[in-house]
Amino acid sequence: MAYDDAMRRYEPVLGLETHVELGTASKMFCSCATEFGAAPNTQVCPVCLALPGSLPVVNGTAVESAIRLGLALNCSIASWCRFARKNYFYPDMPKNYQISQHDEPLCTDGYLDVVVDTPEGPREFRVEIERVHMEEDTGKTSHVGGATGRIHGADYSIVDYNRAGIPLLEIVTRPIEHTGDLAPQVARAYVAELRDLVRSLGISDVRMEEGSLRCDVNVSLMPRGADEWGTRSETKNVNSLRSVERAVRSEIERQAGVLDAGGRVAQETRHFQENIGRSISGRSKEEAQDYRYFPDPDLVPVAPSAEWVEELRAGLPELPAAKRSRVKREWELSDEELRDLVNADAIDLVAATVDAGASPTDARKWWLNELSRRATESETELSALPITPAQVARVIALVTEGTLTNKLARQVVDGVLNGEGDPDTVVEARGLTVVSDDSALGAAVDQAIADNPDIAEKIRGGKVAAAGALVGAVMKATRGQADAGRARELILERLGAQ
Amino acid sequence: MTSTDLIRMSAAELGAAIGSGETSSVEATEAYLDRIADVDGDVHAFLHVDRETALEQARAVDARRAAGEETGPLAGVPIAHKDVFTTTDMPTTAASKILEGWRPPYDATVTSRLRDAGLVILGKTNMDEFAMGSSTENSAYGVSRNPWDLSRVPGGSSGGSSAAVAAFEAPLATGTDTGGSIRQPAAVCGLVGAKPTYGGSSRYGMIAFASSLDTPGPLARTVLDAALLHEAVSGHDPKDSTSIDAPVPPVVEAARRADVEGLRIGVVKEFGGEGYQAGVLQRFQEAVELLESLGAKVVEVSCPAFDAALDAFYLIAPSECSSNLARFDAMRYGLRVGDDGTRSAEEVMALTRAEGFGPEVKRRIMLGTYALSSGYYDAYYGSAQQVRTLIKRDFDAAFDNVDVLVSPTAPTTAFPIGERVGDPMAMYRADLCTVPANLAGNAALSVPCGLAPEDGLPVGLQVMAPALADDRTYRVGAALEAALGNKDNGALLNKNAFAV
Ligand SMILES: [Zn+2]
Repeated sequence: MAYDDAMRRYEPVLGLETHVELGTASKMFCSCATEFGAAPNTQVCPVCLALPGSLPVVNGTAVESAIRLGLALNCSIASWCRFARKNYFYPDMPKNYQISQHDEPLCTDGYLDVVVDTPEGPREFRVEIERVHMEEDTGKTSHVGGATGRIHGADYSIVDYNRAGIPLLEIVTRPIEHTGDLAPQVARAYVAELRDLVRSLGISDVRMEEGSLRCDVNVSLMPRGADEWGTRSETKNVNSLRSVERAVRSEIERQAGVLDAGGRVAQETRHFQENIGRSISGRSKEEAQDYRYFPDPDLVPVAPSAEWVEELRAGLPELPAAKRSRVKREWELSDEELRDLVNADAIDLVAATVDAGASPTDARKWWLNELSRRATESETELSALPITPAQVARVIALVTEGTLTNKLARQVVDGVLNGEGDPDTVVEARGLTVVSDDSALGAAVDQAIADNPDIAEKIRGGKVAAAGALVGAVMKATRGQADAGRARELILERLGAQ
Repeated sequence: MTSTDLIRMSAAELGAAIGSGETSSVEATEAYLDRIADVDGDVHAFLHVDRETALEQARAVDARRAAGEETGPLAGVPIAHKDVFTTTDMPTTAASKILEGWRPPYDATVTSRLRDAGLVILGKTNMDEFAMGSSTENSAYGVSRNPWDLSRVPGGSSGGSSAAVAAFEAPLATGTDTGGSIRQPAAVCGLVGAKPTYGGSSRYGMIAFASSLDTPGPLARTVLDAALLHEAVSGHDPKDSTSIDAPVPPVVEAARRADVEGLRIGVVKEFGGEGYQAGVLQRFQEAVELLESLGAKVVEVSCPAFDAALDAFYLIAPSECSSNLARFDAMRYGLRVGDDGTRSAEEVMALTRAEGFGPEVKRRIMLGTYALSSGYYDAYYGSAQQVRTLIKRDFDAAFDNVDVLVSPTAPTTAFPIGERVGDPMAMYRADLCTVPANLAGNAALSVPCGLAPEDGLPVGLQVMAPALADDRTYRVGAALEAALGNKDNGALLNKNAFAV
């Protein structure tokens, strides 16, 4: 069913469960390294391989990260809580249970305010957070052969346990109601805001494309005016902001279609398919696994002291919402300008560029125009471009002081992105300085006049507009390195036409 | 010194003789290896003996001593090591087929501490599979036999360890105690066995049965030997999050002090009467009177929740084991059955577990899986935890008035092989008196208190003390040992069929 039709008849209720892989140097329960992309099964030990007799020990930094996120999400922090075992068999889970938290999460009852753009202007929604808890990641299975790439039908499967035991935080919202047709945008804005929050705390690099932030999206529909929620589906592993939005939208459309046809929505797990933009049915939750949770007897309870929690609260950095209000004020931005920066995920980059000496206007212009275009071209995130804010600031400075034209500056950026070094190195190596030295420029101007006597005559006769052709010739002769303004001045001066 | 002299010595004496140069670790180790070669065919205490590795360790200790290095009281003394502890130089199976031939890439903390103390590991001892049992009849590799009577069990689960020490195949052995698995085999073999305070000895590298109950500890012929081994393997270990960061209680000093003057001893009222062998109760009663005559103040103490301890234990231990044993799935190590390219990973896991686990292990995994299931959790696991709390309260209340509690260690002497195999409930009753200390995490120790008149088999007296007061159990044990004249050279043990 078309989205608009669906929204006329049904009201969605959302729920989001987000897993954030923490950026701790070691795993959740052992001292193995956590580096992304290492050769398979090189970051493993008796504990994370679940060898007989091995025992977990909690990573204190992971607990600290969890508390800091809880505080940033306005949660209460438990003074005493335990880990629980979630028991189920799966080949990529070494112990065949996952150490998680069940009915005693570390952080509870918080909220996160998010802003969604509407035609009537920005609108704020408060997303309530039910809990934030700690757990460990599983290994990664690759299924070789077979048509589906899933375990069933595969010829064989191989498991990489490097990821097994990487610390995760799971952030669970309470049901999000009353979003109306903004549900997809609210879901996206929530995930984006959470990502920024996590990043500002420095507890994870939150790279969705590397799976360090993963989302499960719950959606149910109820007829408009009803007060009882419908049956919900859970769409697993939605791994980009765009997909979050698409997953919610397509699931609303799908469920509305089912309900309208008189059917009932199955309580099931669905898998989002990036390529087709919607989800396919996974296992039914009605034959749900019994995870047989119980407190993990291998681990002592986590009992953060009130003093420690307050110390961590006092040490929180400026959070994204506060930062947005501040830069809006300091950089004198309109709502739209701020929105563009937020949408491009460029506030931190611009701020760092400003800190390195650029003006907010120039910094914003470079990141939102030229560099955004490069990021789009290379299908990467802005922050993943191989150029630093300090390098961008230097390029801007070179333009401001007249060493580079905008056109040359773009070539310098090319060089930096190519890995040719800092802006100054690129300028020198590529010989990109502006030719504004009058003697060098003068020779090119004289040559252009000599080569184009007809045009020169017109200019002498007062047709100043014809100077453009000679400026073009000068630029060509200097391979674009001339300062066009100065060239024009010299041409007019020599031809006595000011 | 003859081989017989060497193997009759207590571990403390042998350590001193090696330390003074009267003998060497190599001599002692050879004497024990020869003894094992002679008698283990009958006793079957060991699953694995490695002569060359043992002698290599012995030579290293002798070399250290020759170089003038200061070595500890047990340096050079041979030891039998329960096959539940990982060892890099010997296989580790927990007496299960599912781990047949597995060579761990790491040493358990207890193993490392044995090595650090210069103890020479002779081999790995038999046990009930995954420490589940009271007789070693659940071993996948055959039953161990009680040196007092080869037709009887040596207790369990640390039955290979108790049989080895009682048959003079080793002066010391390690054990693990989840519900009585050190104390009960010690009792039925005429040995001293201690279950340290939970968290007092590291569980790292000890293959788990029930994590909240499992405790490594010593088996020995004398109280002092047990104390020396207790001290050597205990103390804080950052690799075990439940390990207590506190000094090891002064157990060696207490074993040497051996007096009970003024000590308040509570006799647990609930342990006695029906279901207890008359000779066991008789020897226990006599031992209590002897302690009183040595100056202890004896009172009767009621701990009503202890009556429910066994039931709680058989919910909590299987629940934890059902999860602990999930890792044996054929994926990374151990047995793999049915992987012929036609079966899924799940099918291979199921086939492997069906073939690799013995019946008692399966029974407990099923019990535990059921007890943790949604809808049953509160009634089973939940209420068992409540009983656990009540047991702790009973202990706390008792220790407000007495320094230690005593009871028989086991209701009967060693029972005949095969007698209880078809009757799990009868088998479980062997742990009746020992499980409360595991559920509460207290210190406890079993010390011989004579032979039952009706069958001439050893009887053990159990001493229980508050957590981290392990030294009190050694004080009582040592006092009783001295008063009974069992102190020297295994005087009691020399009445057994394998006397030397
Ligand atoms: Zn590891």
